[in-house]
Amino acid sequence: MPVQEPALGAQRRREVLRQCLSVGVASGAYAISFGALSVAAGLSLWQTIVLSALLFSGASQFAVVGIVAAGGSGAAAVATSTLLGLRNGLYGLQTSRLLGVSGLRRVAAAQLTIDESTAVGIAQPERAAQRLGFWGTGLAVFVLWNALTILGALVGNALGDPKMYGLDAAAPAAFCALLWPRLKSGDTRAVAAVSAGIALVVAPHSPAGIPVLVAALAAVVAGLLPSRRASVNDVPDAGR
Amino acid sequence: MTLWTTVLLASGLAFALKLLGYVVPHRVLDGPVVSRVAAMLPVALLSALVAVQTFTGSGGGLTLDARAAGVAVAVTALLLRAPFLVVVILAAATAATLRALGWG
Repeated sequence: MPVQEPALGAQRRREVLRQCLSVGVASGAYAISFGALSVAAGLSLWQTIVLSALLFSGASQFAVVGIVAAGGSGAAAVATSTLLGLRNGLYGLQTSRLLGVSGLRRVAAAQLTIDESTAVGIAQPERAAQRLGFWGTGLAVFVLWNALTILGALVGNALGDPKMYGLDAAAPAAFCALLWPRLKSGDTRAVAAVSAGIALVVAPHSPAGIPVLVAALAAVVAGLLPSRRASVNDVPDAGR
Repeated sequence: MTLWTTVLLASGLAFALKLLGYVVPHRVLDGPVVSRVAAMLPVALLSALVAVQTFTGSGGGLTLDARAAGVAVAVTALLLRAPFLVVVILAAATAATLRALGWG
């Protein structure tokens, strides 16, 4: 493995850029439903635009809009959005290492740190491709996400009730598709099942937004358990 | 809290969290436990969102309507390795068709 990564060849460059663009287009389509749902939830066109440009994190944006639509409090919306955004901070710990940015570039990189840019970036084998994958995907998603949010908000306004078009099923289906690639191990499947169960048990007895917060505890517990199990296994005859 | 306060506060906190990942010294939060939680958190949150958005009504009570059928079709599409866009469109089309037929 070379210590200093050379610049990417034209072939690899095209390959990575194609990935960036296809991820950008796929998540952009999801922005159309966000725009439509947001105005249907009672947010103004400008509030919808600001969420996509500044908050710029799909799950958090849908959470804010979903809680507002369900009549939940602003505090619950902010808390859920922020909890969902925690993972972006954790992604930043990884991407900051491969990008090596400072100053304004660091601010831009931080804003573009989302599921998609991180996933495409860290999936590349070479350092130059990792950087291209992160910036290419981040920018492609940012441009398409914001443009299509506006389109969705305008078209959504014109079309009326998004339920008629099944847009309320599109959001959970999109979450399902984002979740799907993460369900490869038994651990993640168990966490997914338990947190879905917790959310449904809590939902009838709590304000909108709280079930998801409570279900997140499943992730924290699951994150803490294996290290305990590993340390128990380190001791001979500890058993289980 | 006004709607604008909610929007701006959520946006500010989201950016602060993103930036935090870039300014925190790597050693502080770098460990097997943190990376386990980092891997599990999106799974738990996405799964809970799918459950809540598919099976709860406006008051938070559990309901079974056209959304559940849409998501079931989405899962089938994912099992058949359909692309993201197809999955989302099929779910919406399923729910819309059922509602047009007067169910859910």
